[in-house]
Amino acid sequence: MASTILEMRDITKTFPGVKALSNVNLSVEEGEIHAVVGENGAGKSTLMKVLSGVYPAGTYDGEIVYRGDECHFKGIHDSERRGIVIIHQELALVPMLSIAENIFLGNEHASYGIIDWNANETRTSALLKKVGLREDPKTLITNIGVGKQQLVEIAKALSKEVQLLILDEPTASLSEKDSQALLDLLLEFKRQGITSILISHKLNEINRVADKVTIIRDGRTIETLAKKDISEDRIITSMVGRSLDDRYPSREPDIGEVVLQVKNWSVYHPIHAERQVIKGIDIDVRKGEVVGIAGLMGAGRTEFAMSLFGRSYGRHITGEVLLNGKPIDVSSVSKAVEHGIAYVTEDRKTYGLNLIDHIKHNITLANLPGVSRHSVIDDMRELAVANDYKAKTNIRSSSVYQMTGNLSGGNQQKVVLSKWLFANPEVLILDEPTRGIDVGAKYEIYTIIARLAAEGKAIIVISSEMPELLGITDRIYVMNEGRIVGEMAASDASQEKIMRAIVRGEGKAS
Amino acid sequence: MSTESGPVPKSGVAEDVQQGPRIAVSALVTNLREYGLILALIAIMVFFQYTTSGTLFKPVNLSNLVQQNSFIIVMALGMLLVIVSGHIDLSVGSVAGFIGALAAMMMVIWPLGPFSNPLVVSIICLVVGGAIGAAQGYWIAYHRIPSFIVTLAGMLIFRGICQALLGGGSSVGPLPVGFKALSSGFIPDVIGSLTLIPPVVNAAGKTIVGSGLTLHMTTIVIGIVAVLAYAYFGLRARRSRERHGYQAEPFSLFVVKTLVTSALALFLVYQFATYRGLPIVLVVMGVLIALFVFVTKRMTVGRRIYAMGGNAKAAQLSGIKTERLTLMVFINMGVLSALGGLIIAARLGQAVPAAGLGSELDVIAAVFIGGASAMGGVGQVIGAVVGGFIMGVMNNGMSIMGVNVDWQQVVKGLVLLGAVIFDVYNKNKA
Repeated sequence: MASTILEMRDITKTFPGVKALSNVNLSVEEGEIHAVVGENGAGKSTLMKVLSGVYPAGTYDGEIVYRGDECHFKGIHDSERRGIVIIHQELALVPMLSIAENIFLGNEHASYGIIDWNANETRTSALLKKVGLREDPKTLITNIGVGKQQLVEIAKALSKEVQLLILDEPTASLSEKDSQALLDLLLEFKRQGITSILISHKLNEINRVADKVTIIRDGRTIETLAKKDISEDRIITSMVGRSLDDRYPSREPDIGEVVLQVKNWSVYHPIHAERQVIKGIDIDVRKGEVVGIAGLMGAGRTEFAMSLFGRSYGRHITGEVLLNGKPIDVSSVSKAVEHGIAYVTEDRKTYGLNLIDHIKHNITLANLPGVSRHSVIDDMRELAVANDYKAKTNIRSSSVYQMTGNLSGGNQQKVVLSKWLFANPEVLILDEPTRGIDVGAKYEIYTIIARLAAEGKAIIVISSEMPELLGITDRIYVMNEGRIVGEMAASDASQEKIMRAIVRGEGKAS
Repeated sequence: MSTESGPVPKSGVAEDVQQGPRIAVSALVTNLREYGLILALIAIMVFFQYTTSGTLFKPVNLSNLVQQNSFIIVMALGMLLVIVSGHIDLSVGSVAGFIGALAAMMMVIWPLGPFSNPLVVSIICLVVGGAIGAAQGYWIAYHRIPSFIVTLAGMLIFRGICQALLGGGSSVGPLPVGFKALSSGFIPDVIGSLTLIPPVVNAAGKTIVGSGLTLHMTTIVIGIVAVLAYAYFGLRARRSRERHGYQAEPFSLFVVKTLVTSALALFLVYQFATYRGLPIVLVVMGVLIALFVFVTKRMTVGRRIYAMGGNAKAAQLSGIKTERLTLMVFINMGVLSALGGLIIAARLGQAVPAAGLGSELDVIAAVFIGGASAMGGVGQVIGAVVGGFIMGVMNNGMSIMGVNVDWQQVVKGLVLLGAVIFDVYNKNKA
């Protein structure tokens, strides 16, 4: 019979003005995969930071019992010494160092400060084999994809003789295939006796690998479910505190004339000039229509959208863009915005927000003339606009003067959306609009999309989550390797149909 | 400082009308940085007033203080924008030296006829400064060469040209009186002076009552007008908030703040009035400070600079032309460096090869003491100005005290370090 490896009792953690955790309990058994789910801002990450000592003992109340001992970790070093390793959502790798250097960073095989590179690389090779990554230990991190970087992080954890592995949304930025590989790896670790705590938003993943699920809401433990009780509906109900009968808002599409038409759009790679990334794409979007672009990671969807939006990606861009039947010039972002095109980025922290400024200033940034006269900003008008959009998109914050860097992912996304709504575009391109945000906030984003379509905007949604595309769009383009390989009405589409289009497209390409 | 007619601090204002006292506290806390800095300046002033046995606030010394430090503050205005946009400019001291030399050559040596008129020369010099800024900014903005490197090169280049222009180690002068007025002149008293209390002299020739103090009335009038304008705009901003249904800071806090600032401003104005009136350079500086406060707080271009410094990629994807904006920031810096160079030359009455040497470090220090972040996106004009004055008062006070120049540097270094540590500590606590 398995014994309890970790017991967190009555953990309470307060930040100035906020109670992030109140009396949270978590009990993990040896050798299981224990999922922790909850909305963004529910307190999952805070709980893991308490466990790993990022918040040192004494800054929280409650006790942590690990392998029978009460622990008072003063920093991650203490917890790592006991074999507790956390892999954060944002990977902590040094891009310009090699895999081997990263894995043994701060922990090098060395005598008297002189590094034994051979020993490091041999050990790295062994570790990479364990996680199923076939790369030279000397390869620089910057030269491998995010999926592989995640594996390097796990290899790094293994090098520390991990007994309890904590993964904070490990598949958030991975493709379907990489995610599957990662989950398989977790199951393999389980066979080897490594216990894992998996924080995830993706309920299908939890269904697949988790032995138990603990649900946290508003800083409290709601319940812990055993394998046999795990169901998506049950989890969602507990997470949001109400049952979500329908995960997608219903809408009556009212589709009009063609608004945006893109003809024979081609783009080359910005650095590898001979590589064609987008190979002659034709698409169109109508008034009041929500069009999805499906595809795997690396299909070129983001590259396509960004090249369209003021040549923000790529070079040697050719092709034609027509707005309401007339050709338009979208050679710079400001021109694209002037013509009423908006692009909501997939990476809101890097490309979407000024994190060190507050909500109000972020919302008006793309349309400052809208709150100013003769280039002088009308403070009151700006405040009114910000409060208006805060209410419209339901941004949860104490006021519009809160720094966007302190908001949860869902609320950050709403700020980015507000920014572009205020720019009043005709065509709105949403790139992974619900990535890394929780179920409740997703529903709110879908509602906003539906409302915009009803107002007559033409909307393009790029998403890797097929159920989402099937749920909210009217028509779906399938993209693969820089080409459109399929087009279908959402009512006829299914996940299988989309996958088949991709696979067939792959056959064609090779 | 009466020109700081910035809007009422906006942060820490909640929408709930019921929370009066709490807002007062939170407004105080969120503006602690700003208030703390001004309090630090006052504390330093009081300290030196005491240690110099009252010399610091003597009218003649106040005039000196302004004349000696105005070029630092003028350049700090440009540097603030450079640092907020995420860059640095190491060349400002050399550019100032070069422009001073250029101005002197044009006015004294080269036979330019009508073009050697001080006003014409000054305008040409400002244009040349802008061109230098554009030349450096071009590489930084459009070719993404790090500003540290471009301006380090500029620092060497323009110091070299400055020295070459002056023919090695010699100085060029004397400069025309009309030009020197930029630094050492005072505004004319168009209203006429007023003798405060005519002295009553007794039979023995001793004064019984009355100081016989003569006041520069134009200065007094300007001071009063500026203070009234400050109060008026503050009140108007409050009204506007209330009219739109938003809670402004509590009235009592507003009154106290306005009164304290006004009293301080009037005191300084009075001190100047008892001497020769407002220095011209103080007026120039005041106008520029007001302009830059307005540009950074109220104008779209200011907002865009902050956004670019906070996240350049996000700003670019929001339709902001970040390259052009960077270029403009450096052109602005070039013009202000040139103005700084003219002020230095006018104060010295001649161009010397070492003019402005090392002043880039004082300028940068002023901006960082004023709370700007080296990462970009954060910093206030008033902060940089107060930072500049803190440096200036320390220079002036320690000189009067007779502190050795070597040790003055040590103290300034410690103050810079202390200010930034205080800032970082404050941020982590919040």
